[in-house]
Amino acid sequence: MSTFVIGYYALLIGASCLAAYFKKRQLFLLIFSLTLISFVTGIVGGVGALRFITVAAGLLALAAGVSYAFREFLIIIASDGVAKELRTAPLTAAFGMFVIFTYAIAGIFAPIIAPFGEAEVISSAFAPADENMLLGADQLGRDMFSRLIYGARNTVGLALVATSLAFILGALTGLLAATKGGWFDQLMGRVADVIMSVPSLIFALLMLSIFGTSLFVIVIIVALIYSPRVFRLTRAVAGNVVVMDYIEAAKLRGEGNWYLIRREILPNSTAPLVAEFGLEFCFVFLLIAGLSFLGLGIQPPTADWGSMVRENATLISFGELTPLIPAAAIALLTVSVNFVVDWMLFRSSGLKEV
Amino acid sequence: MGDILQLVLKRLGLGVVTLLVISILIFFAVELLPGDIAQAVLGQAATPETVAALREKMGLDQPAILRYFQWLGGALTGDFGVSLISGERVSEAISGRFINTLFLATYAAVIAVPISIILGVIVALLRNTLFDRVANVVTLTSISSPEFFLGYILILYLAVKTNYFPAIASLSTDMSFGELLHRTFLPALTLVLVVTAHMMRMTRAAIINLLASPYIEMARLKGVPPWKVIVKHALPNAWAPIINVVALNLAYLITGVVLVEVVFVYPGVGQLLVDAVSKRDFPIVQACCLIFAATFILLNLAADVGSILTNPRLRHPK
Repeated sequence: MSTFVIGYYALLIGASCLAAYFKKRQLFLLIFSLTLISFVTGIVGGVGALRFITVAAGLLALAAGVSYAFREFLIIIASDGVAKELRTAPLTAAFGMFVIFTYAIAGIFAPIIAPFGEAEVISSAFAPADENMLLGADQLGRDMFSRLIYGARNTVGLALVATSLAFILGALTGLLAATKGGWFDQLMGRVADVIMSVPSLIFALLMLSIFGTSLFVIVIIVALIYSPRVFRLTRAVAGNVVVMDYIEAAKLRGEGNWYLIRREILPNSTAPLVAEFGLEFCFVFLLIAGLSFLGLGIQPPTADWGSMVRENATLISFGELTPLIPAAAIALLTVSVNFVVDWMLFRSSGLKEV
Repeated sequence: MGDILQLVLKRLGLGVVTLLVISILIFFAVELLPGDIAQAVLGQAATPETVAALREKMGLDQPAILRYFQWLGGALTGDFGVSLISGERVSEAISGRFINTLFLATYAAVIAVPISIILGVIVALLRNTLFDRVANVVTLTSISSPEFFLGYILILYLAVKTNYFPAIASLSTDMSFGELLHRTFLPALTLVLVVTAHMMRMTRAAIINLLASPYIEMARLKGVPPWKVIVKHALPNAWAPIINVVALNLAYLITGVVLVEVVFVYPGVGQLLVDAVSKRDFPIVQACCLIFAATFILLNLAADVGSILTNPRLRHPK
């Protein structure tokens, strides 16, 4: 029994007793079940497993602290109305916003932050990390860390462009279908059905095999694949707005379709659309990451997270963690966006459960 | 029963029409190539004579409509033409691999479906507790991770560091069934992780939706214990959404399988498709896309038919 193990159990048991004394039922259950789990893993995995739990708990606490601080920071700098909304944000949402903020900074200021260029060969292949290179070198001797930073710009940027295009395409046709109705509505609905009845990755692969893998083609194809989702949602949301009296009044005033969409329907359906944008971004981002993992996305030497995983995958068979970092970066951003979207959906649409 | 039969037949007809439209899409997408297949295969440097010769050999001098019907007729009898690169028959390249892919998907589904339904029901029972929140975060993380991330993490910890399972799922014909299950465990587990998270969330949502209805309130008020409310009152009505959830996720497996096969170098259709796309071997791409799309549509069809059949309101027409 080392002092670490004794301290570990003393802390857990002490904390659970305190929680029980102050009648914090949930906290007590959490800490006490963690103690029981530690008993089992400690016996099976030894001290190493306990250290792992400590590190994980520490990281979680750190993340919670950072998100709390970031939320308070946002509340202070935001205007009154926004600050009131922000106060209702759970810690997960604050964490999501913090991560998105970090990625945005990394992407925008990539050339300033990254110590080397994205295609600059500075050492031998798979060189280990040293004081120059934070994460070591990749398969051609380029700095992993710099490529990771540039990847934030390239991968996320591409996904953002594709999502925006999908969104504009889907929202416009959706709004038009809702206001016009009739044959246009029917036609667009059937087209959306057909596109959605093919798995997205398969559809993308088919199109890429025909048109080649240039950036322009990827953006158009991905936008085309994901616009039906936006179309359906917009049409449903706008369909509820179109039957309102004020729309009827505007029509009687002689306003055109474009005015109706811009001034009457859009302002009344923004909340679900913004949440959908976040969700859509996740789908697009994962599809693009998958495509570049398959070697069919952004082409080298441009830094890109999906292809970085593939190129360095051989390192995994030597027990190295580095190839997983770009993949983790993808997962982290998607989770964060999902956290924020979850909160917005909960807030806007009254998806409150019993 | 006449009503149900009519509904099911209608849905089946719609499925067939969708399949036809998809096959048209897949066939004529290739026609959009600048020039045509022969030009694309031989490249810009080819002389007009060789292009013309290949065009004739592939039957490209016939009108596209005619070739579409020939292709469709062939596809229905399992004949997808000849690979442009290797000259092998596409059906031979695909058949063995298709069984492998089906095996992997079934393996994953057999593990994932019971686990996720049970966990989904448990999470629905414990809703708004700490356990539920933790489950929410964990499933959300699992859904948001790309398949290759999960796959490589499993390789790193279960294959490279501990040697429990092989990192590469190579198959041979003389393996015992147990050996086969062992070799393909990691790819199956990757798929299970992704799909279970989806199914759990959707099962939870379906059951919680039901728990808000008045007859559940009634059952509670007359003093039925909570587990009995779920099993006797909620579950029979939840079958339709749950069947839907399961079929949708099996359909999702079809897409997920492509990336997982590449990560684990598994000899399946997904791997073949990715190779064919980078080599621009159109007959194989078309065949694989048609197979994937058809499976996807069939599963969605099964979801709809299943929810029609399990709907008690339709079983007892007034």
